[in-house]
Amino acid sequence: MTDLQTPEAPQLPAATLSLTRPQLPRWAPLLAGVVSLGVGGLVALIAGWGLVPVAIVAWVVFFVGLPAWSAAVEGRRASIDRLVTTVAWTTFGLAMIPLVSLVYEVIGNGHSAISWAFFNNSMRGVLGEGGGIYHAILGTVIITACATVISVPIGVLAAIYLVEYGKKNRLARTITFLVDVMTGIPSIVAGLFAFALFTLIFGPGVRFGIGGAIALSVLMIPIVVRATEEMLKLVPDELREASYALGVPKWRTIVKVVLPTALGGIITGVTLAIARVAGETAPLLIIVGTTTSVNLNPFDGRMATLPVFIFSSVTTGGRYEAFNTERAWGAALVLVAIVMLLNLLARFIGAIFAPKTGR
Amino acid sequence: MKSTSIRRAIVPGIAALALVFSACGADNEGDGSTDGDGGGSSSLAGELNGGGASSQEAAQGAWIVGFQDENPDVTVNYDPVGSGGGRESFISGAFPFAGSDAYLTDDEGELTAATERCEGSAPIEIPNYISPIAIIYNVEGVDDLNLSPATLAGIFAGKITKWNAEEIAADNPDATLPDADINPVHRSDESGTTENFTDYLDAVAGDVWTEGALEVWPQQYGGEGAQGTSGVVSAVGSGTNAIGYADASQAGDLGVANIGVGEDFVAPTPEAAAKILEVSPRVEGRDANSIVFDLDHETQEAGTYPIVLTSYLIACPSYPAGDEGELAKAYLGYIVSEAGQEQGAAEAGSAPLSEELRTEVAGIVDAIQVG
Amino acid sequence: MATTEPTGVIDTETSTKRGDAVFAGLARSAGILIMVALAGVGIFLLVEGAPAISASGEQAYGKDNIVLFVWPLLYGTLLAALIAMIIATPLAVGVALVISHYAPRRVARSLGYLIDLLAAVPSVVYGLWGRAVLAPAILPVYQWLSETLGWLPFFEGPATTGRTILTASIVLAVMALPIITAICREVFAQTPRMHEEAALALGATRWEMIRMTVFPYARSGVISAVMLGLGRALGETMAVAMVLSVSGLVTINLVSGQNPSTIAANIALNFGNASGTKINVLIFSGLVLFVVSFAVNFLGRWIASRGQVKA
Repeated sequence: MTDLQTPEAPQLPAATLSLTRPQLPRWAPLLAGVVSLGVGGLVALIAGWGLVPVAIVAWVVFFVGLPAWSAAVEGRRASIDRLVTTVAWTTFGLAMIPLVSLVYEVIGNGHSAISWAFFNNSMRGVLGEGGGIYHAILGTVIITACATVISVPIGVLAAIYLVEYGKKNRLARTITFLVDVMTGIPSIVAGLFAFALFTLIFGPGVRFGIGGAIALSVLMIPIVVRATEEMLKLVPDELREASYALGVPKWRTIVKVVLPTALGGIITGVTLAIARVAGETAPLLIIVGTTTSVNLNPFDGRMATLPVFIFSSVTTGGRYEAFNTERAWGAALVLVAIVMLLNLLARFIGAIFAPKTGR
Repeated sequence: MKSTSIRRAIVPGIAALALVFSACGADNEGDGSTDGDGGGSSSLAGELNGGGASSQEAAQGAWIVGFQDENPDVTVNYDPVGSGGGRESFISGAFPFAGSDAYLTDDEGELTAATERCEGSAPIEIPNYISPIAIIYNVEGVDDLNLSPATLAGIFAGKITKWNAEEIAADNPDATLPDADINPVHRSDESGTTENFTDYLDAVAGDVWTEGALEVWPQQYGGEGAQGTSGVVSAVGSGTNAIGYADASQAGDLGVANIGVGEDFVAPTPEAAAKILEVSPRVEGRDANSIVFDLDHETQEAGTYPIVLTSYLIACPSYPAGDEGELAKAYLGYIVSEAGQEQGAAEAGSAPLSEELRTEVAGIVDAIQVG
Repeated sequence: MATTEPTGVIDTETSTKRGDAVFAGLARSAGILIMVALAGVGIFLLVEGAPAISASGEQAYGKDNIVLFVWPLLYGTLLAALIAMIIATPLAVGVALVISHYAPRRVARSLGYLIDLLAAVPSVVYGLWGRAVLAPAILPVYQWLSETLGWLPFFEGPATTGRTILTASIVLAVMALPIITAICREVFAQTPRMHEEAALALGATRWEMIRMTVFPYARSGVISAVMLGLGRALGETMAVAMVLSVSGLVTINLVSGQNPSTIAANIALNFGNASGTKINVLIFSGLVLFVVSFAVNFLGRWIASRGQVKA
C-alpha cells in the first residue's frame, strides 16, 4: 500500500551489467505487517498484555523486520528507503492517536449528557443534576455573530484594497505582512486588548459580550483577509478587463464581477474563520466572563459561552463535581460537533463554488 | 451588488434570530410574572448584583437558588471576582454588597472609602460563611491520620519528606506508614484558603513555618501546585502519597487528617469549625455593625477545629430608597436566616453559624434602613 | 459600501469618479484599520500594563518586582513551547512527507483533511482531554522515566502526577502540529517536479530523492513553519491552564509535580480573581507575551518571505 508511487525499476538487459537487483514483491509490506501483527498477537497470548503493548511489539517487529528483509534481498539503499517510509507513516499514525482518542473520549463521555433538556435549559437555579447549555449556546451564537459582522466587512474590504488597489505598493506590502503576523497573536492577548480598551472607556471590572466580539474580531480579521485575498487573486484578469472595456467603473467591477466570482471561496474562508473563533476560550474568559442565566444583550453584563462554560464546569469542582464534569463533556461534544460541522460546511461550499473560480 | 447581497442575507437572518430569541427563553427560566406561583408570596422583584470572594461562590450559588425559590421575580448574581475585587466594587458603588475573606482595614484606606460610600456610616461586616479547611491525604494503607501542628508545618514546608518520618510516626503510633515520599499539594492561585492555612501554620508553628501568612504559596517550600480547590482535591486524589489542604466540603472520599489541638486530635466537622468563632476574640475598636474576628489558631479548647476559613459580608447600614436596597436587605437577611445557613450547609458544605452569633448578625441585617 | 446611487452603465463622469474614490477610500481605510488595530493592541496593553512596573510585594503576587514575577512565567512559556516544537517538528515533517510524497494522490487529500481536523478542535477541548485522559494515562510512563532515567536532570521526578510540563508540551505539540504540517506540505509540494524526476531517473530511491531535492529546497520553509508553530505554542492558553500543575518554579525537571507556569495560562487562571494593580501586573505579562510571540511570528514570516524571493 505504501508502494503505489514507486516508479517501476528500469528494465535494462541484465546481461551486460548488473544494474538491477532483485526486488521485494509489491505485497512485501503487507506481508510484513501481517506477520508483525501475528507476532504481536502471539506475545499478547503468551504474556497476557493489553492492546497498547501489542501494537508497540507489532510495530517494532515491522520496523526492524521489513528493512532487514529488504537489506537481505534489495541491498542497503532500498532498505533505508523502506525504513524511512515506515518512519514517515509512523509519524502519521502517531499524529492520529490524539485525534482518535479525543473524538472517542468526547463522544464516550459526552453522549450521556445530551438530552432535549440539555439544549433547552440554562444553569439558572441548578446546583447538582439537570441544567443545560441553552444559555451558553445562545451566548456563543450571539458573540460569534457580532464578531463576524465586525470582521467580514473590514476583512473583505482590506483584501480588496490589497489585491485591487494596493498592488504591491508599500502600504499594501506592510499590511500583508502585518496581517500574516497578526494571525499569530495569542488569543489571550486579544482578550487583554479588549479588556484594556474597555477598561479605559468604562472603568474597571467591565464584562460584556461585545467586548468578546471585538477580541474575537482581532483574531478573525486576518483569517478573513487571507482567505479573501487568495480568492481575489484567483479571479482572472480577463474578467476585470472585459468589464472595464464595457465602461463599468472600477468599483462596480469589483462589486459586480470580482466579488461574485470569488464569493464561494470567501464564504468558505469566513466559515472556517467562524469555526476557528467559535471555540476560542481565553479572550471570552477575560472580557465576557460567564453566568448561569440567559443573557441576550451583548452590550450589558456577562454572557455564558460554550468554551467558557466547559472551562468553568471543569474547574469549579465542589459537591456536584460529577454533574459538572458530565455537563462539561456534553458541552465539549456539542462544541466539537458545531466546529466540525462548520468545517464540513466550508469544504462543501468550497466544493460547490470551486469550478466557478476557474483555474 | 455587494450591499444588497449582504442585505439579502442579513434581513432574514435577523428576522430568524429575533424569532428564536423571542420564542423561547430557557425552559427553566420562567418569565417571572407568569411563574409567580412558584412558592414565594413576596412582592420583591428586580435584579441584585453582588460579588467578591470566590471561596463563597458555591455557598452563594446555593443561597441564590434558595432565595430565588422564595422570590421568583428576583434575580441575584454573585460575581466571584475575588475578595479584593469585591471590596473594590463595593466601594465604587457597583456592588450593593460584597463577600470578602478579609475585613476592611485602613491599611490602604479601604475602611474610610467604604464609610464614605455608605454616606458616612461605617459599613456592616458580618461573618456569613465558615468553612473548615481539611487536610486531605491519599496514602495507601493509612485510614486514620493524626497530625500535630509542628508536623503539619514540617510537611508543608518541605522539611518532613517521608511518610514514615519519626514525627508522623510519633503522632500515629498505631498506623503502618509506608516508606514513601510525601507529595504535598498546594493552591497555585492566590486564595483565602491558602492565607488562612498559612496564617494557622504561622501562628502555631512559626519556628518551622517561617514565611508568615500568605495568599500565594511560597514556592521555595516546593510541593505540587494545583489550580483551585477542585484542582487540589483531584491532584491529591489522583496522585500517590499526596497530602493537601482544601475546603472540607469538597474532600469527598479522601482521607481527612485530625489536627492536634491541645491534647486531642480534632476532625474538621462543621460544629468543631463553627466553635472557633466562639473562642476567638473579636477585633476591637470596630463599629457596632462590624463583627469581625482574629481567629485564635492557638486555641487549646477541646473540640475546636483550628484551621478555618471565615468569610464576611460587607454592606451598608442604610440604602437610598429603591429596589437595590430592598433586595440587598432581603437577600442578606436570607443568608443569615436559619434556612439560609442550613441551605449553605446542605448544598455547599459550609459550617452554619452558631445560633447565638446568627441571631446577633441577623439583628444587624434587620436594622438596615432602606429609604 | 455603496454610497452613491447605482445609475446603470451610463454613469456620469463625476459619479463614477466619486464612486471609485469612495470605494477605494473605504478599502484603503479598512486596510489601515487593521494596522491601527495591531498598533492598538500594543498601545492599550502598554497603557494598562505600565502601572505594573512599580508593583511589588502583594500586588506582584508576592514577588519583589515585576521582573521577578514575569521571569519564571516567561521561562515556563519558552520551555513548554520549545519542548512542544521538539516533539512536533519531526512528526510534522513526517506527516507532511506522507501527504505530499508517500500517500497515493487520492488518499493524500483525505489525510490532509484529517490533519486539518486536529487544528479545528477547540483548545478548551484539548485541555479537557489532556486533563482527564492524557495526564492519567501518561503517569506510568513518567514513573518509568524517573526510575530508569532519573539521573538525567530532565527526568529527575519524583513522578507523582501526570499533569506536568511535559504533558502540557505534548498537548501543545498536537495543537501546533497541523500548522507546521500545513506549511511544510505546501513547500514540499513546491519542489520543482523536474528536480525530483531527475533524481529518480538517476536511480535514486524515494528517500534519496527527498533528501537530495525536497529538503534542500524546503529548508527555509520548514524553519518558518516551525517558527509559526512556536508562535502558536507560546500563546496557547487554555490547554496549558487546564493541564498543568503549577508551582512557579524555574526548573528543567519535566516530570515532577513542580512546574513553571506559562504567561498565558497564568493570566487565564488569575484574571477572574484579580483586582487593582494585580490586573495591571497580569496585563503587563500579557504585553511581554505579545512582544515575544510577535517577534517569533515576525521572524517566521520574514524567513518565509526571504525563502520565496530565492525561489
